[in-house]
Amino acid sequence: MIEYLSSRDFLILFAKMITIFGGVMGALAYTTLLERRIMAFVQMRPGPNRVGPFGLLQPIADGLKFLFKEQTVPGTANVLLYYAAPIVSIIPALLSFSVIPFGPDLKIADINVSLLLIFAITSLGVYGIVLGGWASNSKYPLMGAMRSSAQMLSYELSLTLSVVGVLMIANTLSLTDLVKSQQGTWFGFIPKWNIILQPVAFIVYVLSGIAETNRLPFDLAESEQELVAGWHTEYSGMKFAMFFLAEYANMVTVSALATIMFLGGWNGPAFGPWWLQMALPTIWFVLKISGFLFVYMLVRATIPRIRYDQLMHFGWKVLLPLALANILVTSFFVAVL
Amino acid sequence: MIELLFVLFAAVALGSAINVLVQKHVLYSSLSLILLLTAISALFVLMQAEFLAVINVIVYAGAIMVLFVFVIMLLNLPADEDGVDRLRWLKLLGIPMVLFLLFMVVRTVWKVETDAPAPQLAGTAQAIGASLFTDYLLPFELTSLLILIALMGAVVFAKKDL
Repeated sequence: MIEYLSSRDFLILFAKMITIFGGVMGALAYTTLLERRIMAFVQMRPGPNRVGPFGLLQPIADGLKFLFKEQTVPGTANVLLYYAAPIVSIIPALLSFSVIPFGPDLKIADINVSLLLIFAITSLGVYGIVLGGWASNSKYPLMGAMRSSAQMLSYELSLTLSVVGVLMIANTLSLTDLVKSQQGTWFGFIPKWNIILQPVAFIVYVLSGIAETNRLPFDLAESEQELVAGWHTEYSGMKFAMFFLAEYANMVTVSALATIMFLGGWNGPAFGPWWLQMALPTIWFVLKISGFLFVYMLVRATIPRIRYDQLMHFGWKVLLPLALANILVTSFFVAVL
Repeated sequence: MIELLFVLFAAVALGSAINVLVQKHVLYSSLSLILLLTAISALFVLMQAEFLAVINVIVYAGAIMVLFVFVIMLLNLPADEDGVDRLRWLKLLGIPMVLFLLFMVVRTVWKVETDAPAPQLAGTAQAIGASLFTDYLLPFELTSLLILIALMGAVVFAKKDL
């Protein structure tokens, strides 16, 4: 039912929105720094370490640089869509944080189909890439955009299907209930996480998640050796930064969903005084997401890009059958047990 | 509040629906169609059918329309030009069609009983799944058969020598 909020509830909701939005934006800015530092570490070079102690002020310097850069628009571009594309890209990316539960109480909205809502919102994100590539009216962006739309459609299928097994076990579409269904332990020490029941689904989900966010080794949409920078070749300044932030926001969303569905969300050992116990669920959640992001960055730094036909074969002939087989086996066990 | 939101999203839906028709460029038409689908999803949410709203966006706006836009980009279709009046006489057919549609709309609006209580939980995934596999099982299975046939047809078209 749609209820009317009292002014006190509204204030609490507003505070939560500010907290989550501010936290996410700050975290995104520092994820870019973290990625550059970790990649530099893997490749045995120092990385950005000059601005502030350990380069900690680098994201702020980058933001300022993006703001003051010249705003270029290609002469043959479709101006309306050229300006709309970065906005279309970043709004869905940030919107999906509205239903992610960061802790038992730290969530903006709690609806009973929140998982599907995130899939719906993120599936709209592809339009930002497609429109950006098309509106630039130049070769490489168009090729990048076409690659990306085919890739995201193909991998969205296995991403969504890999989740079905988890949903059959948990019997809910709500992210909060998904986390609650993974509370407790087996035999006192194995946490009741879905990754133990659904290892195949987990692998399929993580792989298609990397492809869905256009990250290496699946970043065919912007592969810089072939397409300059792919779909955002013609973008500069803050418009480029919006695309960039959207990619990182999508990474965090995919990692957060993986944490919620397979790694027990905010569940974790609770200890310490009351104020620590209140903060611990959010800390566990953020730590698990950070683990995923770390894997993302290691993968980017170490694994080379695959060819486009290999990408399509992998998506349609390996991941999709695996996800379908996983659904079959899981539904058999759910029906029998 | 809800009435205000309804008016807002209905206006967006109607505006983008008209825009689909009047735009000369195919890409603008399909973008308006995406806007129309999302506005209709918002209307579903106002009727507390969250599941339908979300599925509507996933299937149509998130998958089918991406294919449309993809094909338009691939062919790089130019904007339609004026002066093609191949369909001059078909336009006259529009007048009785509009009258018929208006008649249907008016009849439907008159028939609605406003005092009837909204069925509880009608929009949840569980309720929709249950009704799909009980009351509407035959249409559901026939639709899936239809989609399977279309799928096989597409494969036959794509593969020259099977």
